[in-house]
Amino acid sequence: MGNYHSVTLDKNRCIGCTDCIKRCPTEAIRVRHSKAEITDDLCIDCGMCIRVCKSQAKRALTDSLDKINKFKYKVAIPAPTLYTQFKKLRDPNIVLTALKKIGFDEVFEVAKAAEVVTAYSQKLLEEGKINRPVISSACPAIVKLIQMRFPSLIDNVMPIISPKEAIARYARQYLIDQGLESKDIGIFFITPCAAKVTNSRQPQTIKTSDVDGVISMKDIYLELIPVINKLQPEDIEILQMSSANGIGWAASGGEGLASKVYNLVAVDGIENVITILERVENNKLDVDFIECLACVNGCLGGPLTVENSFVSTNRMGKIKKYVKQQGKTRDLNIINPKIRLKWDYGLEVTHIRKLDDNMMVALTKMEQIDDLHKTLPRIDCGSCGAPTCKAFAEDVVRGDAIIEDCIFMLREKVRSMAEEMMALSGMLPPSIDQNRRES
Amino acid sequence: MNLHFDVEGGEFISAGVASSKVKKVLKQLAIQPEIIRKISVAMYEAEINMVIHAHGGVIDAEIMPDYVHVILKDEGPGIENIELAMKAGYSTASRLAREMGFGAGMGLANMKRYADILQIESEPGKGTTVEITVKLYPEQS
Repeated sequence: MGNYHSVTLDKNRCIGCTDCIKRCPTEAIRVRHSKAEITDDLCIDCGMCIRVCKSQAKRALTDSLDKINKFKYKVAIPAPTLYTQFKKLRDPNIVLTALKKIGFDEVFEVAKAAEVVTAYSQKLLEEGKINRPVISSACPAIVKLIQMRFPSLIDNVMPIISPKEAIARYARQYLIDQGLESKDIGIFFITPCAAKVTNSRQPQTIKTSDVDGVISMKDIYLELIPVINKLQPEDIEILQMSSANGIGWAASGGEGLASKVYNLVAVDGIENVITILERVENNKLDVDFIECLACVNGCLGGPLTVENSFVSTNRMGKIKKYVKQQGKTRDLNIINPKIRLKWDYGLEVTHIRKLDDNMMVALTKMEQIDDLHKTLPRIDCGSCGAPTCKAFAEDVVRGDAIIEDCIFMLREKVRSMAEEMMALSGMLPPSIDQNRRES
Repeated sequence: MNLHFDVEGGEFISAGVASSKVKKVLKQLAIQPEIIRKISVAMYEAEINMVIHAHGGVIDAEIMPDYVHVILKDEGPGIENIELAMKAGYSTASRLAREMGFGAGMGLANMKRYADILQIESEPGKGTTVEITVKLYPEQS
């Protein structure tokens, strides 16, 4: 099975600049023939390239809203980030009502399942069977990062399905119990990021996902805005089931706050996460729990969100306050304790392409990379299409690039060839006397 | 493959560059994660010790097909009593180092725990040489 990726490149828009190659945290992108190329097995779908691309050439493949019409009974499961995207909006019920108005028959909040997942995580933490510090599995980009770059920490990852998967399971079971047929139920996740699209299409630790489609928050925002603007107070249905704690998961530190673990670290932004995980690998972080989110400001900073994440962090605070003080919740419980929240199987190590199967050869190649790197300008300009001189050296040794792809090395070669030609141009056949010719 | 590093003393923040680089190389060679962890933890502890106690020094790491051998050499104050220093919790680190979260007295204990072979030679006033060896495929030997 090949790797599915939500993050893709629109070749027509790509201008072959170095923005994405320089920012990709796993160095998965190279520019070849003026177009970016994403290396399949290195991409973790974090969406950094979507965020930094000036030409909007990097995209997240998501489903269109039309896809919901394939199902008789349409269910929206919005990520709590959605509530923070609208100016002056405090009551999640407004957003949930609007979702029903644009075509969904039912809405169940991911935030509700976040509360259940929190409670289950607390139980597992108390049991103490998982390697300390326990790392949250909520962010699929981080889980993939760990599989690839921090394989020794795989057994520290919380083996629980995400709130998105949990609510999809609860929703499906509840509706089946109401008499609906499973095949008629279409469950659609409203996503702030690409990693969760990939994770729904190609789940890693469960057999199948209960999510039938994933719709980008950006796309649904445009549909919701006119509906929300027209909504009258008497139209608002009470559909919210979540509490402030569950909604808070969308922000960085939200999961930690809900878990009530005292000794924890909450880290957001993939570069910061890498620094923290490096410390954990060196046994230098004495905490019980780590919440790691790939995006700055957590899911609120997801690449498919509309609002600036610092603004939505402010709104999150106001929404939580509103929900605590005057929020109205629906009198319905779909949380079925029989539903399994544990992973079906464990995480595997993602093996990056080996330099060579033979250790001796691999070591020789490593030395070649190191030696070549020393001769390069080491200014990481990116003109060769690789993010760093080091990555370029590796590409050359692997045979994916040639040394002349480096403009400095090329110039060097041109200069030495020119010098050689100059020297050659001064040469004469032995039959001619040098002095006679000059006089 | 041989890697050489000059380590500066007192640079707490950037300490760990050498062990991090060795870790990267081993990951590229697709060595088992647990083995890499052993090497990087033992080496990191030794590297940090150099920074905290010995005003830096030099590190030479030799990566061979079946083992990694790291020599960390400094001209610092040396260790008075190696046996005592090996004890978990025993520390002579400065207040500054402790305030930065280092110097918990686990350095040598951790090195011993993670290294397959650990050799420490030290002469008070002259310096310390730590040698760490970790086998890459322990089940074969």
